[in-house]
Amino acid sequence: MSTSAPARPFEPDFAAAAKDAVLSGVIALGIFGPLVGLRTTQNMSNQLIVESHWGLVAIIVGIVAVGRFVLRAFVFPRMAMWKAQPKVESTAEPSFLRRNIKTIGLVFLLFYPVIIVSMLGYQQSIKWVDNFGIQILIYVMLGWGLNIVVGLAGLLDLGYVAFYAVGAYSYALLATHFGLSFWILLPLAGILAAMWGIILGFPVLRLRGDYLAIVTLAFGEIIRLVLINWRELTNGSAGISSIPKVDLFGWITFNVADPNYVGKVFGLANSSAYYKIFLYYLILALALLTAFVTIRLRRMPIGRAWEALREDEVACRSLGINTTNTKLTAFAIGAMFGGFAGSFFAARQGFVSPESFVFLESAVIVAIVVLGGMGSMIGVAIAAVAMIGGTEILRELSFLKVVFGSDFNPDLFRMLIFGLAMVTIMVWKPRGFVGQREPTAFLTERKAVSGSLVQEGHG
Amino acid sequence: MELFLQQFINGVTLGSIYGLIAIGYTMVFGIIGMVNFSHGDVFMVSSFIALIFFLVLTTWLGVASVALALLIVMVISMVLTGLMSWTIERVAYRPLRGSFRLAPLISAIGMSIVLSNFIQVAQGPRNKPVPPMVTESIALWERNGFTVSVSYKQLIIIAVTAVLLACFWFLVQKTSLGRAQRACEQDRKMAALLGINVDRTISLTFVMGAALAAVAGTLFLMYYGVVNFSDGFVPGVKAFTAAVLGGIGSLPGAVLGGLLIGLIETFWSGYFSIDYKDVAAFSILAIVLIFMPQGILGRPEVEKV
Amino acid sequence: MPAPSWEKDPVLSVEHVTMRFGGLVAVNDLSFAAGRGDITALIGPNGAGKTTVFNCITGFYKPTQGMLRLQHGDGSTHLLERMADFKISATAKVARTFQNIRLFSGMTVLENLLVAQHNPLMIASGMTVLGLIGFPAYKKAEKRSIEKAKYWLDKINLTDRADDPAGDLPYGAQRRLEIARAMCTSPELLCLDEPAAGLNPRESGELNQLLLDIRKTEGTSLLLIEHDMSVVMEISDHVVVLEYGIKISDGTPAEVKADPRVIAAYLGVDDDEVAEVEEALDVVVEEARQ
Repeated sequence: MSTSAPARPFEPDFAAAAKDAVLSGVIALGIFGPLVGLRTTQNMSNQLIVESHWGLVAIIVGIVAVGRFVLRAFVFPRMAMWKAQPKVESTAEPSFLRRNIKTIGLVFLLFYPVIIVSMLGYQQSIKWVDNFGIQILIYVMLGWGLNIVVGLAGLLDLGYVAFYAVGAYSYALLATHFGLSFWILLPLAGILAAMWGIILGFPVLRLRGDYLAIVTLAFGEIIRLVLINWRELTNGSAGISSIPKVDLFGWITFNVADPNYVGKVFGLANSSAYYKIFLYYLILALALLTAFVTIRLRRMPIGRAWEALREDEVACRSLGINTTNTKLTAFAIGAMFGGFAGSFFAARQGFVSPESFVFLESAVIVAIVVLGGMGSMIGVAIAAVAMIGGTEILRELSFLKVVFGSDFNPDLFRMLIFGLAMVTIMVWKPRGFVGQREPTAFLTERKAVSGSLVQEGHG
Repeated sequence: MELFLQQFINGVTLGSIYGLIAIGYTMVFGIIGMVNFSHGDVFMVSSFIALIFFLVLTTWLGVASVALALLIVMVISMVLTGLMSWTIERVAYRPLRGSFRLAPLISAIGMSIVLSNFIQVAQGPRNKPVPPMVTESIALWERNGFTVSVSYKQLIIIAVTAVLLACFWFLVQKTSLGRAQRACEQDRKMAALLGINVDRTISLTFVMGAALAAVAGTLFLMYYGVVNFSDGFVPGVKAFTAAVLGGIGSLPGAVLGGLLIGLIETFWSGYFSIDYKDVAAFSILAIVLIFMPQGILGRPEVEKV
Repeated sequence: MPAPSWEKDPVLSVEHVTMRFGGLVAVNDLSFAAGRGDITALIGPNGAGKTTVFNCITGFYKPTQGMLRLQHGDGSTHLLERMADFKISATAKVARTFQNIRLFSGMTVLENLLVAQHNPLMIASGMTVLGLIGFPAYKKAEKRSIEKAKYWLDKINLTDRADDPAGDLPYGAQRRLEIARAMCTSPELLCLDEPAAGLNPRESGELNQLLLDIRKTEGTSLLLIEHDMSVVMEISDHVVVLEYGIKISDGTPAEVKADPRVIAAYLGVDDDEVAEVEEALDVVVEEARQ
């Protein structure tokens, strides 16, 4: 559709744009006409019938056609002009915000519950601390854990959720059967997940590229299906409930009945908000541990070997690097953080079932890593905030019911928008948000490596 | 013996559907080296298109002949699914061609999420049952009160698959489009230098794969009589397994792999536990990829130093 | 005639090595030795099996038959055909470069040289565990490895590009960096696969100096595949010529240059004409003597 080349390439070509708009309108009609315009529902006698919604189709087709017209007539010429201009290298110091983004982000995270509580009070804060704070931080941690495997070692793992599940079920089963404390089970869950990482990692070491992705996907699904079907151990699809809460090393607990309940210790009114705030700091600490270890590891021989592996596996072997061990370490350490996050998840929910560990979860985590810019910790954090925070916000948009009618459920659109965002961001920035690599050592000056030079790994 | 025969018939039927979907995977992988993750969901959407038009034809327009309705529905579904697949390729994959290797895969996973959730939003999350379309069956064999039978719909599925595969085989082996496809498979840059419109060839590959998936979708609807927005993932993975088992990039391999997966699945359900039939499929996928990644009919890949 | 140096004290002995790919025999019953401290060149027309021999020596292929023995200066012996590929570099101390340069292009020049020192650093970091908790011994080891990298950067004239990504370097510099990276593994034997390919005459001259310097100051033995005869004749002590996977000549550069079979192989003479060429050459040689 970019055939016409007018003399002035940056002038809007309205005729071509109009043609394009009509064409895309027709295509949109073909696709959305039947799927949106003809809705299948069941009538009173449970028979499937078709209802028509032509108005909605007209709106969608209109949006597509007008959107395409605007893109073609105004946005593309603008973009072409912008691209044609010589790029001005900005020599100015990056802004204060940019330079200190890590510190600012950290300080904000540390005070986030305080800010929320002081603004909304304990009862109202629960939603913001739990649904946003904790939820996002879980994904930040999972993203950082998977980043070791995908971003650093360049091994595409589509079954990461399996290790999350191993961690969650380890805590759930051992805590409910043996009454062990979270603080004993957290490292244990990490070790178990790391073991599974090695067990699953070993056979797939020889695989490269998409095949590795598909096999890890298969392993993830196998673990989920075993969790569903091994009813004697896992209680099947019904899941495991009444998983004990975390306490603060036994000194302070969050069960109202206990003598050392947090409210009694500090003389506060009973509220479930304390537990949420505690969980927030717990997951923040776990996520920061992940970040700390990853940053440390990157500057050590094993971390450099991971990145070298991503760049060129053959060259690694020629330099005497044991690629098998190197890959397995990446799998194991990534899995371990997944296991930590999993046991936290089980403790937070108080309930686990195989439903929580579907392939979609793995896809979301991989998406966060890739959208963030592979290997960049800040990028992963930004992607997690944008994707998880963005879709969580949709739950809050109940005012849209006024616009679209009372049976409009914004929650339904969450994953639809998530998927659209994945596609859009990939098309817009295939390298992710942060397209640069920070070197791990330098002689005179630390210069970022442009993303176009960084390889993405073969495995 | 009776159970064996019955499961064999069921397995071939199921395998035909998997084989039709697998061709879409194998062709796209062959030509651009990408696992088209959304293909399973394209299959699911095609099944919905078939469902919608079947209802329109039978309830609104009063078409009485089920055979005629099915034929029309299949053609419409092929056209519209092809159009959709063309659009997806154009919007979500083409801009990423030649870029970062993971980008198209992530985009495809995103597209798969979009398709299943779009159907959930547009058509609702409930199962969509249709009244049985074809009910007759032929009893082949009877002993000890166990009847081995082949139903008309199984015959239809096997016959339609065979006929389509023959047409398709002709298209790929004997026409200039097929030749262009094979050229792009070998070396896209060279093909472009020789005057082949590579973009169009790739688009048509997607459309052809989607059209075959639409046939599978229609047959799936007819066979099971029910479809749900989440029905894309598992058949998609199984069809991908079939493509890998047969040797990815090989068309006869995809069909062979589809039949094998169908047979393994039905025999597993017949003789072992139905609970673990998907575990069996996923295990086969893992085992095949690990121990014989070139599949049955594929070419081995040699690592160059 | 006294036995040549490479037979008295070989660093590498290739004995009856055969490599088959399906029906194709890429290398057939090849035997030769590379002397300690020598620069040995492996030459031959395209498709003669030179890179296959290299891949057997460095472990990327396992030879179908035969033995590859590597002897260190301290007398320890390693049988390369029995070792995993990474061990050949890690314990047998054979380093290599690649025909199509394989640098870690997204990592900086310095990082490339640090990755090459993976194994000693790994031990110094207590297999990562001690380094992770900030053990001082690792800090020292890392400093030493940076010093070593600096030493090599200085030798290849890339000190001022140390913090640039390797993929940004010009072609000639990438070739030198790949050699420096291989040298950072402290090898006994350095295998270079067409190091002069794609270099201009000036760069090619610098390369010769670098290789001679490596031999002199590091005492490393060199084995190289090369097409550029000026490089081969100028710096090598010993030349082995392959054609169709068979050794057709073996000796000093002067001997090889005069070998009629080598001339035939390079000029493309049929096998049955070799005798004629030999005769013709004899005539020429005799005329020259008179």
